[in-house]
Amino acid sequence: MGKPVVAATGIHKHFGALHVLKGVDLLVHERELVFVIGPSGSGKSTLLRCLNRLEEPSSGSIVVDGIDMLDRRTDINHARTRIGMVFQSFNLYPHMTALGNVTLALRRVGGKSKAEAEALGHAALARVGLADRALHHPAQLSGGQQQRVAIARAIALEPLVMLFDEPTSALDPELVGSVLGVMRELRESGMTMVVVSHEMGFARAAADRVVFMDHGLIVEQGTPAAIFETPQEARTQAFIGQIQRH
Amino acid sequence: MTPSWDRFLDTFFNAKVLAKYLPDIIDGVGVTIELALLVVASGLAAGLALAVIRSFGLRAVNLLIIFVVDVFRALPPLVIIVLIYFGLPNLDIVPSGFVSTWMSLALVLMAFSEEIFWSGITSVARGQWEAARSTGLSFAQTLFHVVLPQALRITIPPLTNRTIAITKGTALGSVVAVTEILGQASSAVSNSYNPSPLTLGAAAYVILFLPVVVLGRWVERKYAWKR
Ligand SMILES: Nc1ncnc2c1ncn2[C@@H]1O[C@H](COP(=O)(O)OP(=O)(O)OP(=O)(O)O)[C@@H](O)[C@H]1O
Ligand SMILES: [Mg+2]
Repeated sequence: MGKPVVAATGIHKHFGALHVLKGVDLLVHERELVFVIGPSGSGKSTLLRCLNRLEEPSSGSIVVDGIDMLDRRTDINHARTRIGMVFQSFNLYPHMTALGNVTLALRRVGGKSKAEAEALGHAALARVGLADRALHHPAQLSGGQQQRVAIARAIALEPLVMLFDEPTSALDPELVGSVLGVMRELRESGMTMVVVSHEMGFARAAADRVVFMDHGLIVEQGTPAAIFETPQEARTQAFIGQIQRH
Repeated sequence: MTPSWDRFLDTFFNAKVLAKYLPDIIDGVGVTIELALLVVASGLAAGLALAVIRSFGLRAVNLLIIFVVDVFRALPPLVIIVLIYFGLPNLDIVPSGFVSTWMSLALVLMAFSEEIFWSGITSVARGQWEAARSTGLSFAQTLFHVVLPQALRITIPPLTNRTIAITKGTALGSVVAVTEILGQASSAVSNSYNPSPLTLGAAAYVILFLPVVVLGRWVERKYAWKR
């Protein structure tokens, strides 16, 4: 196993009186794909959003590639360019073309010239199979294409790790495959990934480790086979049983 | 032709009076345009600046902004003009009628446009902020490159309407001796004992503001991105 890229320890998160994360430890190694499952409201999204500090953890420590994300001296904007994030609702900038979406942070944060940024942007779009859609606006793209632009926007910054929060949940079934295809290609290229998703087929095929969360805690983790075929904890068994009936 | 028709024509379309005072009205148009441009530029700039400052979420600052904005939305513009024109001289600041009118209308436009800009900023989905911040853009970069362009587009129709409504308030300057269109028309009426100059004034307002309405529509269309 490679060196740890993400090391989150003892993460707690409160929203007012609501205790959403209750001491989560998550270690993600280089080139590893960690797949996170769990019932709605168990804190999967919150955990992911704590990793790049979109959500401020109440306590705990988060170290990404040796950089303490919670240290006030850390340049959080620079640190975030090393952590790509893909959202359920794509969140593309509607007033920009696909290329504009991909090049904005390259130029403004990465300090690339317009020409450099566009070259990198075209390369990233080509990588997600959208070389011919660079000048389209999000509204002119299908959901699957929009999500692939969102992936291109993140990978163009050459992150060390990619976080996916239900990247296919908002897609029509026939468009899911194209996004999973891109994710599989990323995985094969050695990208470190944390994926929250309900795509169990993808988990079986691509995940190194499956993490089951419930009520703000990691209940159980292991290989896809271990979690899906022989879960040890009662809550895991109940959850797996439930999703397999669908 | 009935006698009353003749009287109507003489009242509103007396050719001699129209011809005599046309140059004055044209001068008035110049002053109105100057005043309107100053009000629009400074009022919108100040309103946008306040909305941007408000988005940084500093509690004390925001309470102050909200207070100022509400005061200037509550006061009738004429009251503000009179307060500035007749009140400030007591503090040894003696603004002209022109400056009083400009400042008053700019403050009113600032207040209303701040609210419109602010509602535009808050209507941009949270996911836009999150996506931008997750790629490392700072708060200010996100605001200027991602949020404001979307917010401005939403605000253009209400902003155009409000701007036109407030800019027409330049006519209030006639109360404090500003020689804009209505001021010129009014003095022409009292000099000629005939209301025809008011017709000219009304025509001048239509000629002036109709293109603004059309321009507003054009800007609205230009800002629309493909959906
Ligand atoms: N900004 C917030 N303010 C208050 N409560 C929040 C906030 N974000 C999340 N929560 C609450 O925290 C809990 C965990 O939410 P989270 O979105 O992390 O769950 P999840 O596991 O991702 O669920 P799902 O599968 O439905 O996406 C939920 O009870 C949710 O209502
Ligand atoms: Mg979620």
